Amino acid sequence: MSFAKLWSIIHEPLFWAAIASLKIALSALLIGLVLGLAIALARMNPNRHLSRAAVAYIEFLRGIPALILLFLIYFGLAAVGIRFSSLQAAIIGLGLNASAYLAEVYRAGLEAVPKGQTEAARAIGMRRGQVLRWIVLPQALAISLPPIGNVAISLIKDTSVASLIAAPDLMLRANDLSSQTFKPLEIYLVVGAIYFVICFPLSLVVRALEKRGERKT
Amino acid sequence: MMDGAVVTPEMLLYLLRTLLIGAGATIWLTAASLVVAVVLGFGLALMRLSDSKVLQGIARVYLEIFRNIPILTQLFVIYFGLSRYGIMLPATVAATLGFGLNGASMLSEVFRSAILSVDRGQREAGLAIGLTSRQAFRLLILPQAARTAIPPIGNYAIGLLKDTSLASAVAVPEIAMRAKMLVAETYLSTEIYMMVAVVYLALSLPLARLTALAERRFSPHRSAA
Amino acid sequence: MSEPLVRIRGLKKAYGIHLVLQGIDLDVHSGEKLCLIGPSGSGKTTLLRCVNWLEEPTGGEILIDGAPIGTVAKGGRSHRMSDVELARMRAGIGMVFQRFNLFPHLTVLENVMLGPVRVLGAGRAEAEATARGLLAKVGLSEKVAAYPDRLSGGQQQRVAIARALAMKPKLMLFDEPTSALDPELVGEVLAVMRQLANEGMTMIIVTHEMRFAETVADKVVFMADGLIVEEGPPARIFRDPQVERTRAFLSAVEHRV
Ligand SMILES: Nc1ncnc2c1ncn2[C@@H]1O[C@H](COP(=O)(O)OP(=O)(O)OP(=O)(O)O)[C@@H](O)[C@H]1O
Ligand SMILES: [Mg+2]
Repeated sequence: MSFAKLWSIIHEPLFWAAIASLKIALSALLIGLVLGLAIALARMNPNRHLSRAAVAYIEFLRGIPALILLFLIYFGLAAVGIRFSSLQAAIIGLGLNASAYLAEVYRAGLEAVPKGQTEAARAIGMRRGQVLRWIVLPQALAISLPPIGNVAISLIKDTSVASLIAAPDLMLRANDLSSQTFKPLEIYLVVGAIYFVICFPLSLVVRALEKRGERKT
Repeated sequence: MMDGAVVTPEMLLYLLRTLLIGAGATIWLTAASLVVAVVLGFGLALMRLSDSKVLQGIARVYLEIFRNIPILTQLFVIYFGLSRYGIMLPATVAATLGFGLNGASMLSEVFRSAILSVDRGQREAGLAIGLTSRQAFRLLILPQAARTAIPPIGNYAIGLLKDTSLASAVAVPEIAMRAKMLVAETYLSTEIYMMVAVVYLALSLPLARLTALAERRFSPHRSAA
Repeated sequence: MSEPLVRIRGLKKAYGIHLVLQGIDLDVHSGEKLCLIGPSGSGKTTLLRCVNWLEEPTGGEILIDGAPIGTVAKGGRSHRMSDVELARMRAGIGMVFQRFNLFPHLTVLENVMLGPVRVLGAGRAEAEATARGLLAKVGLSEKVAAYPDRLSGGQQQRVAIARALAMKPKLMLFDEPTSALDPELVGEVLAVMRQLANEGMTMIIVTHEMRFAETVADKVVFMADGLIVEEGPPARIFRDPQVERTRAFLSAVEHRV
């Protein structure tokens, strides 16, 4: 089979599979962004128990492979009666995983906002919640943008792991196609190229953001 | 609970023993891949720091390709892709190569910035006492860069340790693979994957502590000024 | 008069279009102590760094003991020196930097031994004995096993001097060796340099310590804008400068201290 012929067979399914992967990544990123912020705030909370729990959460999730987390959620929970589809399990697992990394990203961002900002806001009579919402968070978010971008890129690449619990992503479709066509090398190279086309421009954006951040400080 | 095997102490012991054998393979795979990644990564860093635009370009292209494609895809290219064309690497070799090639792209940046972070005055002071450029690099720049590089290498090693779980997809008998086989055998998926998680934590948390320690010791590196 | 140890002729150095040294002629004879003074940016550091080719001159030539540094004549043409040839010439020229530049991963003793062992091929025992001797001379015998970051600035600079001396140089270059030091530490470094001067070492010293220059120098050179404006014995330069530019600089410095 010529490559042109192969391409005519695979390009459409791979395109849609890539979209599916991006959807998984985006959903997981949203979970991670929201949950991560909560964890970061818990971690920085003066309440000892709360911050310890947050640390344990972060260390647990950062200490185990994403694959094992997916296995735990998909197979492990099923055995005790909590059933998710492989797609749900993938999104939840990758989202939880991202939340641990993002919590640390947020924390670094929050800690990078100068103390004087809080003091100045308190001095003009803002309440704690207001200070956080209107003064500290916007600045922290700006600082955190490049590392958030890096987490997003990792997430896109990590969606490939979802194929190992048979979630319908780009890699799973590639596996199917390669067993149908017996052209694994060509197909995985094309798939690699697809990931590259998505991730490389993003990494350029992140680098530009990093440069801009460096110039500001 | 499903109609799986009964969790007796003997059963637990059996699971644990099998998983620990897998953990041994995980450690080996991690160590071997790390060696490949360090050696290749150092070579790439030297290429990027060389005066040759061609070498710089090659290194840049290599780096961007390997960093922007999932490691799982890279493993599949090497293991399934190449075998279709008669290059049949044993699974462990393919995995070591895959993680090593991928890691080289990560570590080359670590080495490059570590080398660049050494104060220019160090090289100049070396030249001033009559060292050649090579000697100054080997005796002054490298030892100092190595200290700076240790914490990020540690962080990379933690990531690598976890990534090696993907080798289960190309049938390397590391811990995740063993776990899958045990689950197929006993249906005790919750227990087994929890145990696997604990084993990974037992490996990665001390490594993270060590790295944090190295960070405090080396990162704001001893400076003469 | 005998052949000078350092002969600089028509030395030029440009960074891009910025001509930092605009043609310097200077002789330094064996045993002579020359102090370079001048306003910031006048090119003193650049001149010093050209002497041991840490900076490659744009034009002119520098002879050390009659031999050109940086270039060799081969087959009637002059070529740039190889890394190894340059290293050999630099080995005979000691340099002390403003910011010390000690090797932070080596102990004080190892800092001083590195050159003799790696460049001169001395045995470790011999190199260590020499190093200990030199460290005693600069008053740092108790610090041999310490790492540089445990030392004060003044101590670090004295180690740097010992490190340079360990190569048995015929010429020492100093680039503002005391200007990165706290005021109370300046004296200990100047004392070591004064002792070195008394022993007959040939020295080129860039400095803002006018009193030191006045008492130690055989010759003072005042530079401005990449040119030598005036040179002569310290008594004349400091008491009776001929050029308005020199006078202005000296009175400005006077008022500063
Ligand atoms: N690497 C470089 N690239 C470009 N310009 C340089 C470089 N090094 C020095 N210069 C410029 O050359 C000029 C002379 O610098 P130099 O350091 O020799 O002055 P200096 O007399 O030692 O001054 P100072 O008293 O401040 O040490 C300055 O204008 C400086 O900005
Ligand atoms: Mg200077």
